[in-house]
Amino acid sequence: MKTFLVGLNRTIYSLVLLLAVIVLNFILVHIAPGDAVTAMIGDMGGATPELVAKLRADYGLDQSLFTQLHTHIWKMMRGDFGLSFTHRVPVRDLILDHLPATILLVTTAFFLALITGTILGIIAAQKPKSLVSHVVTVLSLSGFAAPIFWTGLMLLIVFAYLLPLFPASGMKTPGFQGTGLEAIVDVLKHLVLPAITLASVYIAVYSRLARASMLDVLGSDYIRTARSKGLSRRVVVYKHALKNGILPVVTMAGLQFSQLIAGAVVVETVFSWPGIGQLAFNAILRRDHPLLLGILFFSTLMVVVANLITDSSYRILDPRIR
Amino acid sequence: MSNREKTDAAVRPDRPLAELWHMFFANKAAVLGLVLWLLVITTAVFGLTIHPGDPFAMVGAPMTPPGEEFLLGTDYLGRDVLTGIIHGASVTLAIGFSATVCTAIIGVTIGVLAGYYGRWVDNLLMRVTEFFQVLPPMLFVMVLISLFTPSIYLIVLAIAVVSWTGMARLARAEFLKIKEMEYVKAERAMGARNASIMAKVILPNALPPLIVAIALNVGTAILFEAALSFLGLGDPNAFSWGYMIGSSREYIWDSWWTITFPGFAIFLTVLGVSLVGDGLNDALNPKLREL
Repeated sequence: MKTFLVGLNRTIYSLVLLLAVIVLNFILVHIAPGDAVTAMIGDMGGATPELVAKLRADYGLDQSLFTQLHTHIWKMMRGDFGLSFTHRVPVRDLILDHLPATILLVTTAFFLALITGTILGIIAAQKPKSLVSHVVTVLSLSGFAAPIFWTGLMLLIVFAYLLPLFPASGMKTPGFQGTGLEAIVDVLKHLVLPAITLASVYIAVYSRLARASMLDVLGSDYIRTARSKGLSRRVVVYKHALKNGILPVVTMAGLQFSQLIAGAVVVETVFSWPGIGQLAFNAILRRDHPLLLGILFFSTLMVVVANLITDSSYRILDPRIR
Repeated sequence: MSNREKTDAAVRPDRPLAELWHMFFANKAAVLGLVLWLLVITTAVFGLTIHPGDPFAMVGAPMTPPGEEFLLGTDYLGRDVLTGIIHGASVTLAIGFSATVCTAIIGVTIGVLAGYYGRWVDNLLMRVTEFFQVLPPMLFVMVLISLFTPSIYLIVLAIAVVSWTGMARLARAEFLKIKEMEYVKAERAMGARNASIMAKVILPNALPPLIVAIALNVGTAILFEAALSFLGLGDPNAFSWGYMIGSSREYIWDSWWTITFPGFAIFLTVLGVSLVGDGLNDALNPKLREL
């Protein structure tokens, strides 16, 4: 019952956050110079004052700010994000078309980083002065220092040009007719480089964090007790220490999810990955504000959902807060 | 230097600077970071005297590979990559530092107010912080840049607006901890004003972790600016490293050097920042070492 109430509380709080994003969208559009009608007139190359007044009335821009905000919130809650200026189709449909590609990229990179980072951290923590430990330190420092788009371009030069192992762009081979397993393999091949690129930064962060937290845990009393009972090192490390050692990593991973999505935007443009990041990039070039604001909303939604998931997995991992 | 002296440096405030220097310089990685930094600063300050030139000017055949004529080659417009990198150093440093100053001002102010006043102030400010944490930074900056006219000031401000949350949380945590200390209570009992307690009593004691966070933030800000310029959303008049990579992107198969070298410059600069930050962390917060 308590778990349920906490969960309900978190969900309501997440909804409030999303409502705040909608209001922020509204405020930004209103303090920015010009409005939707100005942009349209710019496209048409001028218009008579009567037409301008009619357009303003059509779009509800002649009403009070409060009424406009009210309509805005209701429209977004019903899933109406307006029409894209450039594509002339509902923003929602465009985003829903591109969302699966982003979710695939982000989740693959996320788990790749979480698993690789934790494993590297554990290995390094067991022998803090060893060569492996130093290699992990260097890796994590370089992973953090290298700009993500540059890592991507370097991987392209090496693995798509010098050694043509992986395709350089897109998510599917153009004109590819295969179905079933073949199609999946084709997508996976395209996924390898973007996922590694996006994961590289977080492998760096998580391995460093996992190393520090495992060092801390391995030095604690209950681990010494477990060892003195004669349990093998493997059991002690993976059954006793890992559970506590991984907690800070999970917390950090949850907190950084918004940055992961932001990183995906850059990675998608490098690899022409057809997700919402690429959509956002094209929207900004064409000043397609409704599309851009819709993307901001949907990506925040992804972060909020991911935070809820992290929160519940944290509850499973750590019985103290159950 | 013995271990005893090392621990003393952490707890004794009377001669901290000399000790700090000593600890910092005993750390090889930190010294390497400092050297990298001096290299970037020297390049930014003296580079153009040694290797003068306009980064936008066409000086040779397009896409000349690195060699005798052009040490780092030329790009698809025949612009010298070395001149570009030298110019980029000052742009990068300017944006990295100014964005960090703005980030620190916003973050520390909010964190200090939340931590010191507690109750509803804390509650409100922390909800605002959480709100900014769920907005994906790059997308939020893209929205800001598309809605307002892009300029170097907007970019600096936008970077600060998406980066202050970590600093605010840190400042808040420190203030929450320190405000319960006896010496703070004593000041309050003696009738010191809130502003003076915050600025003169608590802040100096909260500085060590904040300094480290601020130092590390320079690296994040540089990476952020690089990504923006790479996407073509930077200031069009600033010849930054990210811009160099972004503009040559389509020629990646023909001229690897126009992408590799500017990227390497960003890499070394941010690496320098991280190493110095870690070194400061070890020297200033010995208890937090390894974290």
